[in-house]
Amino acid sequence: MVDDLYQEVILDHSKRPRNCHSMDDANRRAEGYNPLCGDKLKLFLKVEDDVVKDVSFVGSGCAISTASASLMTESLKGKKREEALKLLERFHELLTTDTPVSKDLGKLVVFCGVRDYPARVKCATLAWHTLKSALTTNEPEPVVTTE
Amino acid sequence: MSTLSSAVTAGFDVEKIRQDFPVLKQTVHGKPLVYLDSAATAQKPSIVVDAIRKFHEVDCANIHRGVHELSQRSTAAYEETRTKTKKFLNARNEAELIFVRGTTEGINLVSSSWGRTNVKEGDEIVVSAMEHHSNIVPWQMLCEEKGAKLRVIPMNDRGELILEEYEKLLGPRTRIVAVAHVSNALGTINPIRQMIEMAHQVGALALIDGAQAAPHLKVDVQALDADFYTLSGHKICGPTGIGVLYGKTKLLTAMPPYQGGGDMIRTVSFEKTTYNDLPYKFEAGTPNIAGGIGMGAALDYLNRIGLDNIAAYEHELLVYGTSQLEEIPGLRIIGTARQKAAVLSFVIEGIHPHDIGTVLDRQGIAVRTGHHCAQPVMDWFHIPATTRASLAFYNTPAEIDKLVAGLKKVKEIFS
Repeated sequence: MVDDLYQEVILDHSKRPRNCHSMDDANRRAEGYNPLCGDKLKLFLKVEDDVVKDVSFVGSGCAISTASASLMTESLKGKKREEALKLLERFHELLTTDTPVSKDLGKLVVFCGVRDYPARVKCATLAWHTLKSALTTNEPEPVVTTE
Repeated sequence: MSTLSSAVTAGFDVEKIRQDFPVLKQTVHGKPLVYLDSAATAQKPSIVVDAIRKFHEVDCANIHRGVHELSQRSTAAYEETRTKTKKFLNARNEAELIFVRGTTEGINLVSSSWGRTNVKEGDEIVVSAMEHHSNIVPWQMLCEEKGAKLRVIPMNDRGELILEEYEKLLGPRTRIVAVAHVSNALGTINPIRQMIEMAHQVGALALIDGAQAAPHLKVDVQALDADFYTLSGHKICGPTGIGVLYGKTKLLTAMPPYQGGGDMIRTVSFEKTTYNDLPYKFEAGTPNIAGGIGMGAALDYLNRIGLDNIAAYEHELLVYGTSQLEEIPGLRIIGTARQKAAVLSFVIEGIHPHDIGTVLDRQGIAVRTGHHCAQPVMDWFHIPATTRASLAFYNTPAEIDKLVAGLKKVKEIFS
């Protein structure tokens, strides 16, 4: 049923997103855009010594994309760049494959219901695509789309 | 209340009509399908499915080429659709009706063939603020190529074009006005007869995007005096991949071919090729024969029910749906034009359309969510997207009640 998708944690984070503000002293920024539904997201990162010291976002989107961004920011703080990118891989597997759920995902497992809603995978991955471009490109403010 | 009480609907047997549509007899996620996405594509009655099947099982051959029996049968069936289309649009003759893939190709044909020949640097092309991307981008591409300027007719808060502003945009540099008869995102029915006349007064042509109008209104291209009118077969209960471009003979005759290939030629040599007569000059290659035949069956079907009956019934549904949706707290209908087709586009405060669409889908209700290929419309209303329930003559008031119940469930989840 639809409750498998909209689990309590997701509803909570969509209504009260954490780390939802811009960051003046961010040293990495990226923008994500899902042209299919118009979701927009700006991600702010403070990366020092290859470690994500702080992360925040602003944007407008559906419950899935907002909750995904919110939970992503919570799970990233203190992670090394490599660890963050690995987490992204695990998260993508959670949404698109039947592989057993990785324990590294922690709270992010609440998104396991998304795999039964293929049309919503892009909503859940928008923040993560944006993260990837913020961490891997040399451009100061890259823009990614989910298309 | 879930019945429409007026005299108009009393004689309209929607339950009988629904029997004609096999696709409607199914459950989705365990619930009876409530299909409210006809503006994206209309469902197909059995008569259309059967006509396509008959072509493939009995008459299948290429057209305009063979002396053999099957080719003659398929040619006759395909060309009969042109005659039916002539009647449907009240064109003067069959030569004015070009088969295309759909409205998008119809517009691209005109922007490429007529546009490249007639639009010069400094010229102006007028579109409206409520156009589908397919009636914006081809003109933008043409403007870019030619150094022409795209000008946009603004709209008001209801989603109606502002004709005083339109008049100010028109001038000696205006070459063509390209505007939708009915807006897909808002449902607005534009006063195109008047708008075409205004374009003609400054010597400009008018192209009408009829994709959303043809399924709901009687169209008479002569009464409208449209220079070009284009529509898609799949929006009028026909198959995808087939549509019609109507153009006035003198314009089509003067226009160069759009694509080269078989069927569009009279003679070919390496020194010189001469082109076929209208409409074949614009129909290169083997066309969508099955699609054309299927569209012919769809026209028969619509004619049998009668577009006036369809328009009257759908209007009743629209009035009922509007009144029911307006009672939902926090719901705002986007597009409240006084002249409106049966499109209910809306937003609900604090709930994203995508989430609405997913929750409705799990209750068997199919709606469209997103920007409806009309991003400038969304920008104008300062919203990222809407949920759109688009109604057709096979929908019922009980289905609107289900939509309302579904939206209440949406509000429960996200409140």
